[in-house]
Amino acid sequence: MRLSDWDRALLAGTEGSAGQVAMRIVVEMARVAGAAQLIDVTSAHIDGCLYHGQAGLDFAERLVRDGAAVRVPTTLNVASLDLLHPDRFRGDPATAAAARRLMDAYVAMGCRPTWTCAPYQLPERPGLGEHVAWAESNAIVFANSVLGARTARYGDFIDVCAAITGRVPNAGLHLTDRRRGRLVFDVRALPERLVDQDVLYPLLGHLIGARSGRLVPVVDGLPAGVPEDRLKAVGAAAASSGEVGLVHVVGSTPEAPTLAEALQHQPPREVVEVTPAMLRAARDQLTTAGTGPARLVGVNVGTPHFSEAEFGQLVTLLAGRPVHPGVEFYASTGRHVLARIDALGWAASLEAAGVRLVVDTCTYVTSILEHTDGVVMTSSAKWAWYAPGNLGVRVVLGSLRECVESAVEGRVVRDDAPWPQG
Amino acid sequence: MTRPGPRVELQGRALVAGDAAGPALVLEAPLSLWGGMDPHTGRLSDHHHPQLGATITGQVLVMPSGRGSSSSSSVLAEAIRLGTAPLAIVLSEPDEILVLGALVAAYLYGRACPILVLPGGLADAISTGDQVELQGDRVTVVRATAAWPEEAGRPADDA
Repeated sequence: MRLSDWDRALLAGTEGSAGQVAMRIVVEMARVAGAAQLIDVTSAHIDGCLYHGQAGLDFAERLVRDGAAVRVPTTLNVASLDLLHPDRFRGDPATAAAARRLMDAYVAMGCRPTWTCAPYQLPERPGLGEHVAWAESNAIVFANSVLGARTARYGDFIDVCAAITGRVPNAGLHLTDRRRGRLVFDVRALPERLVDQDVLYPLLGHLIGARSGRLVPVVDGLPAGVPEDRLKAVGAAAASSGEVGLVHVVGSTPEAPTLAEALQHQPPREVVEVTPAMLRAARDQLTTAGTGPARLVGVNVGTPHFSEAEFGQLVTLLAGRPVHPGVEFYASTGRHVLARIDALGWAASLEAAGVRLVVDTCTYVTSILEHTDGVVMTSSAKWAWYAPGNLGVRVVLGSLRECVESAVEGRVVRDDAPWPQG
Repeated sequence: MTRPGPRVELQGRALVAGDAAGPALVLEAPLSLWGGMDPHTGRLSDHHHPQLGATITGQVLVMPSGRGSSSSSSVLAEAIRLGTAPLAIVLSEPDEILVLGALVAAYLYGRACPILVLPGGLADAISTGDQVELQGDRVTVVRATAAWPEEAGRPADDA
């Protein structure tokens, strides 16, 4: 492996022991990935600030004690606590204290306290071809696919090592040929009324993730200019059900103006013709509530964090109606989006209607839900995928409209019209 | 291809160096440790996984690859700290997320969880219950029984 003078200096410990450990880990990862050299990154997004246990805290506090400071602009992913609404946390106080110490440790290293899984909703975001070190699977797939920035699938620990050293292995999705589309999902057979629905996008993402393995998928046949929130839903779902770090969407993402360019002018390994039946199966797979009667106890939206535009849709769909008293309705978002919807007056009207706004964290990664003994509805494939394991809830995946109607009525309301049987 | 004997030697590539020996638990599908394994119990908690409820503690975990969340490194490191981790992990493809968890746990706690890749379907030679030994880049598999057990998806004998 070719190392720069800077890399060697860090390894030698001339920049302190935190820099030395961080560079050792980056070099070890480069060896695993078979990288010939390290490259510079312009920003980092850190996932390690979500508390998973003592090990993550031990690592962060060890780095702080050893003098760690990030060298590139670094944002922070969701943590375990909503610092603006601390009473939302229902876990034990010891966990809350440890989670808070973890958040403090990352801020002490110079990271920005953004606490969002959607750093791409912040004003400054990386551009086409820019190398970054982002963690959090949905942020990774968004950076690569929608922004055309280049990040490998970083996770806890390597994220902060990259931020401290400013260096990453030249491997994975940093390399042009690894970004070549290999598996085409042709959606031309889908009826227009499905393509028009928001719920199509998380379901399509779920299907893509489950079928892609480590091949880069390409979606072909959607109308050009798919909005960012729909692309976000595709990526988040695909990165949950699979290992997807990049999805080209022909006509919508910057490296896929045409199918040929997404494929880098080579034949695909396979073309999958997506049918309504496949999407219906994805919808059924993301609904663990069964078909029997069950009490609706909650609705969760905003995984990944709700955008301003999505809040606009929520306000419109609620149309001034209150949430049923038997339903806890949570919308998770970042503080920057909260500030915007506050200014628009939406935050106050949503709260008055009974929508609980959650910032800094997300309702499926920490103890926030009051009731987990009934059915919980969500518009997010990622929430539907992880919540049964994390929280022990039964879920129903639905469109945002279905979620809102259910929340108002206090029972699961689904529109099966777009989903004919068989 | 000839039928593997009761003892098989396989050549792999160590991603995290170390020696380990124990019974194999072969996962039928990829697993994201985050959201898929409880580090306090060492059990699979992924409701979409066919082996929901299986315990990985004290086993040599054999799986096609990791999957999904980038937070799996933390879960592996925490499982190693708590002593609920597998003895070692054998993958069919390199997985950097798992390697990180093992590296950090070794750095913080001095405890090893070797990780090794067996490329090209070599890991198919291992079945749940086989005794597996990792030494450097080599894996030795000793069959659980001389005859094929009847149950659970044993591949057809192709001798």
